[in-house]
Amino acid sequence: MTRRNSLAVFVALGCIGLPAFGQLSLTGAGATFPEPMYTKWFDDYRKVHPDVQINYQGIGSGGGIRGVTEGTVDFGATDGPMTDEQLKAFRDKRGCGVLHFPTVLGGVVPVYNIPGVNAELDFTPEALAGIFLGKITRWNDPAIANANPKVKLPGNDIIVVHRSDASGTTYVWVDFLSKISDEWKTKVGRNTAVNWPTGLGGSKNEGVAGQVKQSANSIGYVELIYAAQNHMSFGRVRNSSGVFVKASLESVTAAAAGVQMPDDFRVSITNPTGKNAYPIASFTWLLVPEVIKDNQKRDVITGFLHWMLGPGQKLTDALQYAPLPKMVVTKEEKAIAKVRSS
Amino acid sequence: MSAAPTVLPRSRAGSLADRLRLGDPFAYTLTVVCAASIFLVTCLLVYQLWLGSALSRHKFGWEFIFSSTWDPVTETYGAVPFMFGTVVTAILALLISVPIGLGAAIFLSEMALPAISDTLTFLIELLAAVPSVIYGLLGIFLLVPVLESTVVPALKSVIGFLPIFSGPFYGVSLFSASVVLSIMIVPFIISVSREVLLAVPVDQREAALSLGATKWETTWQVVVPYAKRGIYGSIFLALARALGETMAVTMVIGNTPHVPTSLLQPGDTIASVIANQFTEATSDMYISALIELGLVLFAITIIINGLARLLILTTGSKTGK
Amino acid sequence: MLQRRRKIVNVVMLSLTGVCTVFIVSVLFVILGYLFWNGARYLTVNFFTKLPAPVGEAGGGMANAIVGSGKLLFLATLIGVPFGFLGGVYLAEFGTGMFPSMVRYMTDLLNGVPSIVIGIFAYGVVVAKMHHFSTLAGGLALGVMMVPIALRTTEEFLRGVPQSLREGAMALGASKARTIATVVIPAAIKGIFSGMMLDLARVAGETAPLLFTSLGNRFWSPGWDKPTAALPVMIYQYAVSPYDDWHRQAWAAGFVLLALVLLVNVIARLVLARASHAAG
Repeated sequence: MTRRNSLAVFVALGCIGLPAFGQLSLTGAGATFPEPMYTKWFDDYRKVHPDVQINYQGIGSGGGIRGVTEGTVDFGATDGPMTDEQLKAFRDKRGCGVLHFPTVLGGVVPVYNIPGVNAELDFTPEALAGIFLGKITRWNDPAIANANPKVKLPGNDIIVVHRSDASGTTYVWVDFLSKISDEWKTKVGRNTAVNWPTGLGGSKNEGVAGQVKQSANSIGYVELIYAAQNHMSFGRVRNSSGVFVKASLESVTAAAAGVQMPDDFRVSITNPTGKNAYPIASFTWLLVPEVIKDNQKRDVITGFLHWMLGPGQKLTDALQYAPLPKMVVTKEEKAIAKVRSS
Repeated sequence: MSAAPTVLPRSRAGSLADRLRLGDPFAYTLTVVCAASIFLVTCLLVYQLWLGSALSRHKFGWEFIFSSTWDPVTETYGAVPFMFGTVVTAILALLISVPIGLGAAIFLSEMALPAISDTLTFLIELLAAVPSVIYGLLGIFLLVPVLESTVVPALKSVIGFLPIFSGPFYGVSLFSASVVLSIMIVPFIISVSREVLLAVPVDQREAALSLGATKWETTWQVVVPYAKRGIYGSIFLALARALGETMAVTMVIGNTPHVPTSLLQPGDTIASVIANQFTEATSDMYISALIELGLVLFAITIIINGLARLLILTTGSKTGK
Repeated sequence: MLQRRRKIVNVVMLSLTGVCTVFIVSVLFVILGYLFWNGARYLTVNFFTKLPAPVGEAGGGMANAIVGSGKLLFLATLIGVPFGFLGGVYLAEFGTGMFPSMVRYMTDLLNGVPSIVIGIFAYGVVVAKMHHFSTLAGGLALGVMMVPIALRTTEEFLRGVPQSLREGAMALGASKARTIATVVIPAAIKGIFSGMMLDLARVAGETAPLLFTSLGNRFWSPGWDKPTAALPVMIYQYAVSPYDDWHRQAWAAGFVLLALVLLVNVIARLVLARASHAAG
């Protein structure tokens, strides 16, 4: 190739990189739990608004919080609401507040892989705490066996799988464990990433689900949808009314039924009251800065939020997420107006 | 440097190439600037690491490299589990790959016909070109199941009494990561060792053989020691690669920030934990701790580099390379 | 008796070396074979033409990742080749003394820096300053990774050019710059070119530095200042997921990536072999 030709090829290749005009793209990142829902939403939203491209990357709730605080993404997503310190850090860095917008409800379920055991296992809160604390080490431990009299549990060691990355799913799980176990609360605590007393780490919901699938006699925790989509066995958990409840759209919705939603939408619904309530459920939130200077971006985000609360909520069932309670939707519609331009 | 530029032939003056060759000072300046910027970038990199880790360094001081607690909840961070994982996987990978690699290098240089040797070396060097993430992919779906079903049970029946090889095998583990690493670094050992072995003068071999040594004795007691320096060089090259490997390791090591008591348990390395947690570290202290880990890894790399140079300098000067 | 023992040892050890070789070569074939078998099986037209589909929906592809990788490598070449090449020219042609030695040392150091640390560097220099993830940041990270090997390759091959060639040109009155440009570099160009190709193939497979620079994108990424999908990153994300469909796509992507990398390697090495044969 002559020198001129190769230069021409080089320039042509460079042109692939030229921006396409008319396309507005936003980047959001955060929780992996709602990732299936968000990717569907953003894909559908693009069909309705072809000039808008919302790119969502599931990197973990911690990443969403950090990204939106640093401003490296336009909005974040988290399963664990930001703490007061994180809110303050945001305000210090960005000069304005950050708003939480609930999107869907989900549940975190204990998934397990015990060769030979196909039955649905029942877990008491104490059993779960003991397993994850590393104090209950075998599957046929009385704490588990007593709740499952009809099942023949092996004497194998329990392999615990947890998240290796910072995660809202973790936050919901340890939030529940902290509420029902004082030992957990003092020894480990609640955060998007904790110092796990035992177990293997898997990266994101996918990693934990994948790890459990590949390890015999293992137990992990994932969002309901991951377990469902991967046809993994997951157990029932006893709620505060003493009933063993399996996570489902109904039981997760029931968990949110009696909630007193504060104005900033930051609320925990683990271990709620209610006979049919699933005890390890949670809202998941989009994190949007209070002030978005770019008018176009602000319009896209507020537009999407309205769409999400309307047609978006109708798409949740198909993916096994529970839609928001009506009361929350109404309150949220009004809150969208809080996103200002300055 | 000569004085004035020569007169350019009329017909070619003005072409792009000619205009670029304006003269010696220009060439010198251009190239020096490029070389200097490489220098500067490296300094900038170290500076960035130093700056980014300031928070964590001030809080933990030297404790950081002695503490084995990695707890984002209480914001207590220590590098020991990761330093342990990094060093152990690298050393184990070397223990596996050096004997095999050296053996293959000896075969390829001393035994195989040149055509076969060249072809096989070509193929083996292709192994070095396989990206890390592909090793990770194969690690998850091919290696770990194979280890789980055949290799580890077999090994356990032989050396399972050793504490470092006891306990249940979860698939992802320090051992799996070490095996993957060893496959990744063996091509370097083979390639470089074979070259230095081939470079050993023929008369050395002939002298030994004429004294009645067997081929193996010649190889092991004459040829290999002659090429010692280059072989050590190849080992350090492999070691450096093993220490910095990220993707393949993170996909099969189990991502557990604890110091394991057995090779069959999951662990973590510095590179792996940074890859996993960097985008999600929520607090400035958390990020700072991860960057400090990067600094520690960088320091380990420099130390190994330095040791390598020292070793090669002190290992006799009669060998080439 | 001693004789016999020595003979047995001889045979045993030499056979062992053969065993080692066979073992390694078979590992290579298993790796390549398994990957090509699985990858080819799952390679579809969709893979090359479609964007990723939402989780659970079939028919998605990695078109944007292929283009994204292309753009990243384009940037990497733009940054890595000039600096590496010209730096190599400096060290080979002007390079004795304190400063060149330090440059060499620093280059070796940079080469030894783990790719994840380069990612941290690019994050601090580009992403943190620009306040968003971008193709530019990813390209910079890969470019920085290319420099040390580009520099060493250039220096080695330039040094390999016989001094007589240089002296001949200068005897005819050419300036040093002209000598380098018209005589020395062309003599070494084949080797340098193949070295650059090998370097490019190496960074094509890099994943770690992209994780927090170019991040990822489920759509097309026009321009240079947005996050972009890249083939190695997609392989990683899909491989650790629990979705079978994504696993299949990871295999297909691995096949494509490995095929390209190996192709470049084989071509580069053949060019190199022919160049060294010509040089005698």
